[in-house]
Amino acid sequence: MRPKRTPRTASRLEQILAEGHLAVTSECGPPRGSDGNVLETKGALLKGYVDVVNVTDNQTSMTRLCSLAASIRLKQAGLEPVLQMVTRDKNRIALQSDILGAASFDINNILCLTGDHQSFGDCKTGQNVHDLDSMQLLQVVRQMRDEGTFIGGDAISQPPAMFIGAAANPFADPFEIRVPRLAKKIAAGAEFIQTQCIYNMDKFETWMKGVRDRGLHEKTYILAGVTPFKTAGMAKYMRSRVPGIDVPDELVKRMSDTPKEKQADEGIAICLETIERLKEVEGVCGFHIMAIEWEEKVPEIVERAGLYPRPEVGEPAQAPAAAAAR
Amino acid sequence: MIVGQQKPLEEIWEMVKDRKRLLVLGCNTCVAVCHEGGSKEAGIIASLLRMKAKHEGVVMDITEGGIERQCEEEFFAPVHGAIAESDAVLSTACGIGVQFIAAFWKDKPVFPALNTTFLGGVEKEGIFSERCQACGSCVLGRTGGICPISRCAKRVLNGPCGGSVDGRCEINKDIPCAWQLIVDRLKELNQMDRYEELSPIQDWSTDRAGGPRTLEQEDLKQ
Repeated sequence: MRPKRTPRTASRLEQILAEGHLAVTSECGPPRGSDGNVLETKGALLKGYVDVVNVTDNQTSMTRLCSLAASIRLKQAGLEPVLQMVTRDKNRIALQSDILGAASFDINNILCLTGDHQSFGDCKTGQNVHDLDSMQLLQVVRQMRDEGTFIGGDAISQPPAMFIGAAANPFADPFEIRVPRLAKKIAAGAEFIQTQCIYNMDKFETWMKGVRDRGLHEKTYILAGVTPFKTAGMAKYMRSRVPGIDVPDELVKRMSDTPKEKQADEGIAICLETIERLKEVEGVCGFHIMAIEWEEKVPEIVERAGLYPRPEVGEPAQAPAAAAAR
Repeated sequence: MIVGQQKPLEEIWEMVKDRKRLLVLGCNTCVAVCHEGGSKEAGIIASLLRMKAKHEGVVMDITEGGIERQCEEEFFAPVHGAIAESDAVLSTACGIGVQFIAAFWKDKPVFPALNTTFLGGVEKEGIFSERCQACGSCVLGRTGGICPISRCAKRVLNGPCGGSVDGRCEINKDIPCAWQLIVDRLKELNQMDRYEELSPIQDWSTDRAGGPRTLEQEDLKQ
């Protein structure tokens, strides 16, 4: 068990991590329509099996129901959301405004991202904003919470009190800056990290060694990302078509060599093996299970990985930052 | 320099087809270097329009000319007569030249023959590429002399983003990742420690966001 740390916010995720438990997070993509019940349905599948649920923000630049409204719906359905926020679509006024809006609904977690380029989505001819980048957004959320001020310096009447996260991709290029880049995100304010899906364990372990060598695993909580393959086709697609994902050939072969009707089971098996190996990596504080359009498999993965039941954490015992803010 | 690219002939024709006396006016500075809008190219466009007019059965007197710079009145003298005799000007300058011609000859319709594409340089013969977005707040001193604002598709100031693969941008394998170039350059300069300096939130008030910009030089103002 890791040494305990003191939580600074009312976030359930932060409390679980601070108490030294392995956290389990998952994600939920909002629908491409206005039917918010979809979120409650997806949320119900995950409830009790994960600690918090990331709500994606127009992922792959496809227009969807907004992550803020979706986070509110999940919160109202009894789940704790992690509001994902990309800097692609909003300027600093809109970003700060949405942070306040989220805080007003007691959304206690935020994940700061740059976002995929709009050319991948359904608005290829649109502008992108990028007034800030993800590291600057981290600094902004931190400033709003800890200094109680807007970017412009004015005081916030009731500052937001969020647990602040960022993504890290140990597999993107250039590899030699992957550890320094994590250090930079931590310096900018990242208190937890969710990694890109891990398939290449050797490369991930090399990255984690670099992380530990600099003591970065003690300055942030690293949640290792996993995504089960549903089919061999998906493994091939992830290997060759998705930027920044590293799928070793042997995994693609293993999926391809499996009869079609058993590929889903094989994908889950690979995912469980990955989690077992990740549990042994010093500095890994939990798992971010991204079962893309396959949310119903998350409970099974959590149970079979020995991560169920989830630890109980009481109502936040007046977490210091939150208490100060309210 | 300013790089421009000729519009398709059909689009140009749609703009000018109702004119009787058209002057195609080249600009012999930036857009001549990129072989899109100098006097020579203005002449070629004029020839193509004559053929098009003949093909369409339209009677149009098309002349051609060129000046050193369309973005400065001082260079306008040689074409006063030609513009007076025309009923419209098709400018092959960048958007700046088009607007200066339109502002000076208030009664003449002026049409753009080019799309102004970017501020760039000659990467090699026949290949021009973007290097600057005139943000008004140059960061090159801290990015190894490589501009992430013009060369990164997300103008990320603390890059690279997660989409950098084999030194290439996620949007197109033909585009080098600006942050890969920056990292390579910082390594060459033995300045990798600078990589971890956080780029602060950018002041975009000097950029397009701050409204049209001017530069006033007190000692030269008349």
